[in-house]
Amino acid sequence: MIQTENLKKSYGTTPALRGIHLQVQPGELFGLIGPDGAGKTTLIRILATLLLADEGSAQLDHKDVVADYRTIRRSIGYMPGRFSLYQDLTVEENLTFFATIFGTTIEENYELIRDIYVQLEPFKNRRAGKLSGGMKQKLALCCALIHKPTVLLLDEPTTGVDPVSRQEFWEMLKRLKAKNITILVSTPYMDEASLCDRVALMQDGAILQVDEPENIVNSYEKPLLAVKAANIYKLIQDLRQFEPAHTVFPFGEYVHLSLKSVVWPELIHGYLLDKGHTDIEIRQATPTIEDIFMEKSQL
Amino acid sequence: MNHAITANNLTKRFGDFTAVTAISFEVGKGEIFGFLGANGAGKTTAMRMLTGLSRPTEGEATVAGFDVYREPEQIKRRIGYMSQKFSLYEDMKVRENIRFYGGIYGLPRKQVRQETDRLIEELGMSEFANSLVSGIPLGWRQKLAFSIAILHRPAIVFLDEPTGGVDPVTRRQFWEMIYKTASEGTTVFVTTHYMDEAEYCSRVSIMVEGRIAALDTPQAMKASFGVETMNEVFLGLTRPGGD
Repeated sequence: MIQTENLKKSYGTTPALRGIHLQVQPGELFGLIGPDGAGKTTLIRILATLLLADEGSAQLDHKDVVADYRTIRRSIGYMPGRFSLYQDLTVEENLTFFATIFGTTIEENYELIRDIYVQLEPFKNRRAGKLSGGMKQKLALCCALIHKPTVLLLDEPTTGVDPVSRQEFWEMLKRLKAKNITILVSTPYMDEASLCDRVALMQDGAILQVDEPENIVNSYEKPLLAVKAANIYKLIQDLRQFEPAHTVFPFGEYVHLSLKSVVWPELIHGYLLDKGHTDIEIRQATPTIEDIFMEKSQL
Repeated sequence: MNHAITANNLTKRFGDFTAVTAISFEVGKGEIFGFLGANGAGKTTAMRMLTGLSRPTEGEATVAGFDVYREPEQIKRRIGYMSQKFSLYEDMKVRENIRFYGGIYGLPRKQVRQETDRLIEELGMSEFANSLVSGIPLGWRQKLAFSIAILHRPAIVFLDEPTGGVDPVTRRQFWEMIYKTASEGTTVFVTTHYMDEAEYCSRVSIMVEGRIAALDTPQAMKASFGVETMNEVFLGLTRPGGD
């Protein structure tokens, strides 16, 4: 449904995309996962026909983003990272406006947005600028959907949004996916990767890995332990000095310690006791997307 | 002074709307205190009262031993502040930003010069020292912003979503800087949307609709909810009977 070959884009001398090859299947919920500056927005804007690549090509539903941009614009829904609706129009006026532009009406495609719009309806006469963050995001999604697009391009819809609203938003995406809409969504929150069918991990304009989230997590090869002690800051410093240690990163209440090769936990325990640590706990850790991302991005 | 921050029934109303309803808590010296809540729960309003930027409607609070009503200027001199949105001047060079904030904090010229060199050295930023802030990678910017926020060795540093959008490695380096700062005695008051970061805090409060719905160590909170992660605690509190 979405296909890119060797997409490159630079801003001045700063490369933003360094040759992106990507394929998204019809009906897929596909995540672009990466921090700020990875190139997510540039990639989405090229696909949305809003930006020209320096090199390479991209197609949506076999239409070229440059030659067939008019056709593409009719069939995609795009939600930019920055809130871009009309702040001084009401909720209903914004929605009507976008429906009219695409030559349709709210009624005609109400079915598609109903689940989301019912939550907005109590505020339909409120100006968009006066909505809370979560509500703005729902309205933006409705406006991106009102012309019944086949592909949704969502640029960081959950950035700066609290965990509750984030979870609600992903539930909405799942329902849209069930209606056979292909969704490309970018996010800096690594934990959201597990909610996608497949993800591309991006860093510095390049794709580090593309796969199902489960396969990505399973691709972690080094022994990984979760270690805890009373003084976490000292624990991190001391583990870094531990010869068999490969990487040492804080992870919630534990520290993730990856090892160059298998080491008996007793050995680590003894080492930490010697360093004066108390309340030591060592157990096997399940790698997360962040472990993978950190491993790959440091190569 | 035993506490870095005390708040007792601290309340803020805007007209008919009560943004913060009688919150009470204490933050110990050298503690890393996580201040969580959904968007619109009142975190920013509470933080503005504690940093002397907004006068409370009711209740009492002291920060670094000073009263938020009578001594907001004393408070401002003893705190550092950093947010994801506003921290550095992008059209000034790295070196200029450090010098500028040093001046604002009233450090003597000589000390500013020394601190500038020390900071650039410590952060390993010599190659960027004379670059405009707008041209340096986000991760570096955030680390620089944090270092500048504690340049004047404040008693307390307030961090408002300091790690948004930052890559996972830098995010962790950032938290190590926070640990280091706290271990040197500075109190850290931090908001975040990353629930794993809540677990890096000594204690955490979770605000729901203007009130503090829970306040405890992350371990105790997870135990009392019988769950494995802070994310589940958060969802349980902010969406009761959820889903």
